Amino acid sequence: MLAIIGTVPEPDFPLIHGKVSLSEGHLIMGDRKITINRGTPALLAAAVKTSEIVNGPEIYSFLAGDTGKGEGSRKLYEFLERSLPNFTFCTLVFHYIQPIAEWHDRIHNVIETMESKPVLIADAGYMYVAKMCGRAGQYELFTPDIGELAFLADELAPHPFYTRGFILHDDDNAPNLIRRAYSHGNAAKYMVVKGKTDYIVKDGEILNTVDEPSHDAMEAIGGTGDTLTGLAAVLCTGPLGIEEGALAAAKINRWIGHYAKPDPSTQVSDLIEKIPQALSRVLEKNGEEAGNV
Amino acid sequence: MFSFLKKLIRPGKGNTSIDKGIIVFEHTSEVIKAENVLKKSGFNIRVMGPPPEIQTGCDLVIEFSLIEELDIMRHLGNDGVKTLQVVPVSSHLLSPIDLFHTKDFGDYLMVRAANMKITIDKRSRIIVNVSGGGCPDVPYLANELVGKKLEEAPRPRDLGYTLCGYALELAYEEIMKQCSQ
Repeated sequence: MLAIIGTVPEPDFPLIHGKVSLSEGHLIMGDRKITINRGTPALLAAAVKTSEIVNGPEIYSFLAGDTGKGEGSRKLYEFLERSLPNFTFCTLVFHYIQPIAEWHDRIHNVIETMESKPVLIADAGYMYVAKMCGRAGQYELFTPDIGELAFLADELAPHPFYTRGFILHDDDNAPNLIRRAYSHGNAAKYMVVKGKTDYIVKDGEILNTVDEPSHDAMEAIGGTGDTLTGLAAVLCTGPLGIEEGALAAAKINRWIGHYAKPDPSTQVSDLIEKIPQALSRVLEKNGEEAGNV
Repeated sequence: MFSFLKKLIRPGKGNTSIDKGIIVFEHTSEVIKAENVLKKSGFNIRVMGPPPEIQTGCDLVIEFSLIEELDIMRHLGNDGVKTLQVVPVSSHLLSPIDLFHTKDFGDYLMVRAANMKITIDKRSRIIVNVSGGGCPDVPYLANELVGKKLEEAPRPRDLGYTLCGYALELAYEEIMKQCSQ
């Protein structure tokens, strides 16, 4: 089972946990219907949809309402510290959670005590705090965009907001930023860097790049990182393994944009609908290429 | 909780000419309120990143001249802005990113400030997307802003609590400025 941990942007949303499914354009957890919009719900929707198609792991989630005050995130941290050892997960994905350094380390210490240590993936706020705590290297996968990569490359910045100006976050500079992030120990073992060109990286080495199909409008659409992380979480957990899973996720994320015929007003829910089409295309193509070898 | 403060105010080498202080707040939203109050009142203050000793994850502080502490605290108190602590500081503070990046998509305009982007439809001035960021107020702000006209949308500074919210406010101000030119 794969667990996704994050927040829902509603102040009164309680802490809940359970298996997640999709029905009529909503996420279903127990008797709750959750609207799919950017943030952890978008990541969850992408993961559930992907897992349904590839017959992947069941998706479990721990969610709490948080609009930025950090209250829901603190509830999550407290619950996880108490309860995580009672669960067995193959993969843990940490997402939109208020970055709080002390809590990050407490959760990490609990994970260390789990009988079967899960694969750790982090994106968004949790990736920020993992880097801030100097624990980035203990994660298997990060999925930064080019701006977040610049933050990982800046050994002094505690948050992307403070990335120093000389560390340019433009796409042409990505290989330098990757090198710098790894040289300071501020990157996960694997990374999928999302930008004009996507980079699949392992231990500082660029394994692959993906730059087609390309639509400028994707940069403006909120949630394309959430869909990438959802795709990668499921595909890296399955038989493809992390290297191939990360590469497939980057390709599929581009194809969902292509099939949605995006403009800057396209919403992430429009992209998620295209996952089945994009997934078939990429995995069939991969199969053909494998057959030709 | 504030044992780090002792470290900051303990005199030592290179710590002899302390003339700056920082005001520490519980939430970034309070920093934004304080910045507005103090700038309107003419104080020469800067919003900065806290020194490493007191970073917790998602922080901003206000740097000010210590000589003005009493006056500043009185102004903040009068406007109901809650502070956690005032700390003299001589160590280097982190500066927020101050560069904006603008991308024109024809009918749409996108402005990025730090890690946050806001995009509007130039014809209707409706906010069509908010992207970037990783703190939990980002999806909330996106829900509240997208679909509304720039002038009618709530300000990120009024709803946001984190550095990402603060960056979105900067992007919002910049896109307003560009649209009024």
